[in-house]
Amino acid sequence: MNKRKFLAALPALVLAGTGCGDARNHAHAVYMLVDTSGTYAQEANKAQLIINYLLGTLQPGDSLAVARVKSRSFSEKDIIAKATFDVRPSQANAQKRAFRDTVDAAFRRVPGSGYTDITGGLLQGAEYLNETGAGTRTIIVFSDMQEELDKVTQRDFPISLKNIRVVAVNVVKLGTDNVDPRRYLGRLEAWEKRVVAAGASEWRVINDLQRLDRILAKG
Amino acid sequence: MVWPDNFAVSVLVLAVVAMAFLYAARAPMHSLIRSLGAALSGPLRMAARWLGAAAAEIHQRNKAVLLAQGRQEVGHRIEREFERLGALVTRDLQGYPALQRKLLDEITRIEEDYKKCGEVPPTPPDWTDAVTSMAKIKSAGSEVVLRVLEEINRSVNAIHDKAIAEYRKAYEERHKILEGFMPFWRSVDKNLAQVEKTVAELKSSVKGVDAHMAKYEQINAGTDKAQHALTVSAFTQFAISALVMLVAAGGAFINFKLIALPMSEMVGAGDYITSTLRTSEVAALVIIFVEASMGLFLLEAMRITHLFPRIANLNDRVRQRMLWIALGLLVTLAGVEAALALMRDLLIADKQALLQSLATVQAQTATDGWVGSIPTAGQMLLGFILPFALAFIAIPLESLIHSGRTVGGVLLMAMVRVLAFVMRVVGNVARNLSRLLVRLYDVAIVVPLLVERMVKGRLVGQQGRTRRRMADVDVDIERTHA
Repeated sequence: MNKRKFLAALPALVLAGTGCGDARNHAHAVYMLVDTSGTYAQEANKAQLIINYLLGTLQPGDSLAVARVKSRSFSEKDIIAKATFDVRPSQANAQKRAFRDTVDAAFRRVPGSGYTDITGGLLQGAEYLNETGAGTRTIIVFSDMQEELDKVTQRDFPISLKNIRVVAVNVVKLGTDNVDPRRYLGRLEAWEKRVVAAGASEWRVINDLQRLDRILAKG
Repeated sequence: MVWPDNFAVSVLVLAVVAMAFLYAARAPMHSLIRSLGAALSGPLRMAARWLGAAAAEIHQRNKAVLLAQGRQEVGHRIEREFERLGALVTRDLQGYPALQRKLLDEITRIEEDYKKCGEVPPTPPDWTDAVTSMAKIKSAGSEVVLRVLEEINRSVNAIHDKAIAEYRKAYEERHKILEGFMPFWRSVDKNLAQVEKTVAELKSSVKGVDAHMAKYEQINAGTDKAQHALTVSAFTQFAISALVMLVAAGGAFINFKLIALPMSEMVGAGDYITSTLRTSEVAALVIIFVEASMGLFLLEAMRITHLFPRIANLNDRVRQRMLWIALGLLVTLAGVEAALALMRDLLIADKQALLQSLATVQAQTATDGWVGSIPTAGQMLLGFILPFALAFIAIPLESLIHSGRTVGGVLLMAMVRVLAFVMRVVGNVARNLSRLLVRLYDVAIVVPLLVERMVKGRLVGQQGRTRRRMADVDVDIERTHA
């Protein structure tokens, strides 16, 4: 809230007076997928770090949901916690505290899963985000982006992530990636293609957890 | 190219052909160029003339408005000076007859006392002649004479001592009378000093009134000097008012900062007016403007400012009522702001606590004690005071509006004059450019023009010879007749 904004508010008063308010929804909705499969389950404490950052950054009126990536992730049951913060800052702060407590409790007893259904998680996330009606929608995928599905689960069909930003965070290198780095790069490239083809507005990979501000920064 | 192999010949042929065409089209082309020049310069010059006339009209209107404003302002000032003068005369010179009477009494008393303390010379002793005669007596050692003389000496000394004592006593009394003068002198001095001071004040006020009257007369006469002085004064006022308004804007900004965040608690933080501007921020600004408006109405009701003549014309009872309503609303809003400032502090503290609890490294919470509550108290105090400070914005605002008319008028006139000048210059350039183009056109077809001149010259020569021959024939015929 700087002086420029104060000066900008003067003509905005006229706009408000004439009823020409901004009809767009300026709320931000974030859906965070946390991979709990295999060895990646050990990274759960880093996920909490990101969730805390999101809780500190999101504004009143924004939405946040945290879900697990399991063998089959297209289910509401996988959502650990979700909340649309109250428009009143004091209430929003109370909600954030409760949210943090819920997530902390859930991560204390996080069970590992045999397979990794990232696509199902993305579909569930897109559904949740579209329901919020927020102006800016972001799915954060906290995973190594190595999808592994059982034989029964069907995920090889086109998905829709229209107007959703997808941010892959902490995409760690697997043992095989170290042997042949092309596997890692190819995996990221394949995901980018798939996400962009699904209509996502942005694809971003953030491995440096010191640069968390880039998660919510557009463009 | 006519002959692609021979560039020079091709150019030459083209030039000759072009020259021929240009020569053939010379008269219409000259006319066209001149017409274009006239078409451009004519309207521009006309517009320049119109703008010049408009500038003169604006100048006249500005002058009329300025003089009317000045007349009104100086008239008010003279009225106030007269009121002050009246109050001064009533206060100080009302008691002047009593003061004069007192002074006269004191002076009379001093005069009487002065007369009393006049020195009365001691009467010359009658016996001095007798003493002189006695002193001439030759004693020749006569014991009788010696005794008589001694007796006389003793008596004279005794009388002398007595006379001296009486004389001293008389002086002492006179000194006492003179000493009694002092308080009267002081009183007279004090009263006269007071009279002098009052008269000096009166004189100064009268001088002020004289100066204002002189100014008023100049304004009434509509002199250039008065107009210039008023214009300069308006510019100064405008600059000062703008500066004060800038300071007030700073105050409004601080006020905005104080209440914008807590307003989100009241109207919510999710609605936006523009992409970056929340409704809560606009609501905060609205509150600030409402406070400024209440301040404006308050000062109007107090007749300090005169932006709304209708308020000034209200009867005293309604005006008083309006004054109290505006003051009540202002106090209420100031109270609301103080509460919002407190809420802001609480919200920030809550947010800080949340962020600390979310941080991986827990910060040590320092116990602030009473020192920690100083910013909160300061914010609340600011929240309460700023609305009242903003209320006074009405005074520079009025000044800005009044002087803005003059400043705006002068700037508009200058702009119109500059525009007129530019149009006149462009019009002249267009006209001269058309003349230049005509000359350049002739330069381009210089060869056919030379040929034309030569042909014309020869034709003129032949005509001249024919005319001379005819004249010779006429002379021969006349001679034959003769």
